[in-house]
Amino acid sequence: MPVDFSLCLTAAFLLLSPVGAVISNRRAGSPILYTASLLFSAALAGNALAFLISGGEPSTDVLPLGIPWMGAHFREDALSAVFIVVINLGAAGASFYALGYGRHEQEPRRVIPFYPAFLAAMNLVVLADDAFSFLLSWEFMSLSSWALVMAHHRAPANVRAGFVYLVMASFGTLALLLAFGLLAGPDGNYAFDAIRGSGRAAAHSWLVLLLILLGAGSKAGIVPLHVWLPLAHPAAPSHVSALMSGVMTKVAIYGFIRIIFDLVGAPEWWQGMAVLVLGGITAVIGVLYALMEHDLKRLLAYHTIENIGIIFIGLGLALAFRSNGMPAAAALSLTAALFHVFNHSLFKSLLFFGSGAVLNSTGARDMEQLGGLIHRMPQTAVAFLVGCVAISALPPLNGFASEWMTFQAILLSPSLPQWGLKLSVPATGALLALSAALAAACFVKAFGVTFLGRPRTARAAAAIETDIFSRLTMFIWAGLCVLFGVLPALAIDAIGPAVLGLLGARLAPQLPISWYLLVPISENRSSYDGLLVFLFIALSALFTAIAVHWLGSRAIRRSAIWDCGFPDPSPLAQYTAGSFAQPIRRVFGTLVFHAHEQVVIPAPGDVAPARFHVTLQDPAWDGIYAPLASAVSFAAGRLNVLQFLTIRRYLTLVFVTLVALLVVLAIWT
Amino acid sequence: MDLILAFATQGVQMLLVAAAAPLFTGAVRKIKSRLMRRVGPPVLQPYRDLARLMRKEAVAAANASWLFRATPYLVFAATWVAAALVPTFATGLAFSWTADLIAIIALLGSARFFLALAGIDIGTSFGGIGSSREMLIASLAEPAMMMIIFVLALIAGSTQLSNIAGFMASSAVGLRVSLGLALIALIMVAIAENARIPIDNPATHLELTMVHEAMVLEYSGRHLSLIELSASLKLLLYVSLIACVFTPWGLAPADSGPIAWLTGIAAWLLKLLVAAFALALFETSIAKMRVFRVPEFLGAALMLGLLGALLRFVSAGF
Repeated sequence: MPVDFSLCLTAAFLLLSPVGAVISNRRAGSPILYTASLLFSAALAGNALAFLISGGEPSTDVLPLGIPWMGAHFREDALSAVFIVVINLGAAGASFYALGYGRHEQEPRRVIPFYPAFLAAMNLVVLADDAFSFLLSWEFMSLSSWALVMAHHRAPANVRAGFVYLVMASFGTLALLLAFGLLAGPDGNYAFDAIRGSGRAAAHSWLVLLLILLGAGSKAGIVPLHVWLPLAHPAAPSHVSALMSGVMTKVAIYGFIRIIFDLVGAPEWWQGMAVLVLGGITAVIGVLYALMEHDLKRLLAYHTIENIGIIFIGLGLALAFRSNGMPAAAALSLTAALFHVFNHSLFKSLLFFGSGAVLNSTGARDMEQLGGLIHRMPQTAVAFLVGCVAISALPPLNGFASEWMTFQAILLSPSLPQWGLKLSVPATGALLALSAALAAACFVKAFGVTFLGRPRTARAAAAIETDIFSRLTMFIWAGLCVLFGVLPALAIDAIGPAVLGLLGARLAPQLPISWYLLVPISENRSSYDGLLVFLFIALSALFTAIAVHWLGSRAIRRSAIWDCGFPDPSPLAQYTAGSFAQPIRRVFGTLVFHAHEQVVIPAPGDVAPARFHVTLQDPAWDGIYAPLASAVSFAAGRLNVLQFLTIRRYLTLVFVTLVALLVVLAIWT
Repeated sequence: MDLILAFATQGVQMLLVAAAAPLFTGAVRKIKSRLMRRVGPPVLQPYRDLARLMRKEAVAAANASWLFRATPYLVFAATWVAAALVPTFATGLAFSWTADLIAIIALLGSARFFLALAGIDIGTSFGGIGSSREMLIASLAEPAMMMIIFVLALIAGSTQLSNIAGFMASSAVGLRVSLGLALIALIMVAIAENARIPIDNPATHLELTMVHEAMVLEYSGRHLSLIELSASLKLLLYVSLIACVFTPWGLAPADSGPIAWLTGIAAWLLKLLVAAFALALFETSIAKMRVFRVPEFLGAALMLGLLGALLRFVSAGF
């Protein structure tokens, strides 16, 4: 059965972890381990894909682990299978990439043992079929990834990142724990089957939604719970960053879908609205953060927040349609969200691989120190460019296909009866369009400042092309981005069974439609054909090039830079990431980040350089976390006296607490 | 036979837009000059300019990458495909179902993405300023355009341009508030997207306020020629878009013969002439605005579009 196969391979990952600890200081240790991880994850992904295509029945298994009278339940259905493909495709890519990248690792012993454990934990989360195993796997995933974040623990920034991550992760698990408590009830059975049947969710639906949004949302990176993400993702080695950003956030999305769509069941319309609006805000704020950021890996991490927002818009729409009994529209929204989950895992991994190659080759993550890498690392540049086009939602690549489907879902929503939805859906549509347009600006900046122009430092000028494994991985992933852009039907049809299982409806199979056309509702309404758009552009570009070279001139002369006749030989005179983002900072940044620019010009005769300062305030830190931290600190200071009591007083305190709890219980019932 | 005919009409459309684009640009320039009491260049001057640039050798900076040289072809191809999918003389052409209005606008976004990258490629301050401002304008114009698409799609029940045009030509459409808002917003977006006055001045050089021209400053010869042709095509695309949605008269329906096509072409040329007059008149009567006023202009377009979409969401009657 598929679930047994998946569990065996997950166990193999777990066994690989201590093996890794033993062999990590050998020369051959890292290649052996990454090859094994590559094979295991490829097998897992292949098995799940075969399950999806064959349309098999869900399979379950109970292991005598965990709570004694209950055991650990595992189940693999279509939804789990979709996410197993996403996880293990990303894991296979990261492992293959690490065959080359891992050789440059300074401290392999801090990475290798935790890497397979992290992969096992993510697989266990999507396989778990009771609350106990789910939470245990979830926490295991947090801790193993925390260990990877702390791999380079001597940098103070990484220590802080690890601390913030640990706090947020434990907080998220706590929220999930409480949510499961509400779902299962006081005498409850924690198996998912029992929760599904109990119908207890309806009583506390708003509290459950809030707790799930806090728990899964903090892992996924919903604004304002995103603060750990841009700190922790870049701190890890690049192949782990790719996994955390491209894959682990998707496991959080899985948690949300599993609980809200599957366990809780019948939603209310305002739940859809809350998720939808939260998604829209997250998308725009995430991309604005990314625009203000000039560290390449942090920019990518911030940009993950935007994509999470887009996915949550799709999920919110699906909830809204479902609550109004419109299964076809809900299926379209959920398919769009799941397709974007898959697409984002592809291009975000690709971009992190590229940033890792740049980091390896130049030692710099700050874009202001890079530039001109397209000449020094031409192959990395091509793959990174494909990732940039895909993530900016530009046709004919895959990012556009899933955003296009989300827009089609939005256009179905005027038939929703509730006023709150009638007003919030078009506003969210505007936010989605805004975030897509800003994403394009963000990636013009990311690619342009890093790879184009002239090198800004000697390090950038001395960069060399990265190793063969990294390049191969990036090209395969770039190829996948193109493949699912021109043939989106491949992914959409594979997602179909998962949507059918959750909503009882799915999109009509798209592959049989002639010319690989994508028709979400009906051909009269809307259609898009990535393959033909791609072919048209390629053919007309080719035709134009041949015609121009044949009829016009084909001569090209290289000369000095023109720049209107006043070229400045210093590479510092070119546009930087900061200056590129300046217009957008002025327009949006003053509103969101209270951006403030200050120019200090020395007095006449003074030879000191003029200085330009920009200050940005992070609204999430200043508005929520800083007050929270000072409140905790204040309370801790006040409670400090309790640390130095005698044993008698401690016993009294325990007794008083017990009595108080009993009184509460007596009044409650 | 039907298939060959369908391919032929689509081919005619592609050649027609490519051939007519410089003519429209020339007509606008001529009318503008006449309005300013100048003689102005001949209407056919853009063709001569393009041909002259094609024949010259291209000069590229020593550090220009392959992206710099490939961009003109990519930009032209993407703009050309987008322009070929907007109905000009007939609806329901063979490939009209390939991409809907959202995809057409996104194709223009792809073209802009590469053009902005090419602006940064050489590593000059002019190129950077152009790219940076172009992306700012796009980041506001694209959501406004999307809201306009929402309005049109909700009225016509489709995002396919052929269907929208067909619906607009029918009697079912009537006079609607949201359509009026969408029209104003669409004109504002078209002005901004095509770098026309008051957002940008297509005739200017060596000014700190220029946007599009600063971005393509390093281009010369055949590359510049293709970029100028793409700019003309994009202008023609937006005019055709406004014409086919708001004045769909004379458009040949899907299954019509050559006579309907000929009247369609004549009607389209007439609409272009009217649009050229209107654009020239507008541009001569208004001054260029500061760059940081542009967000207000486009913000207004976005709000108009959003208002239109909200009206449609609230009630199907508006």
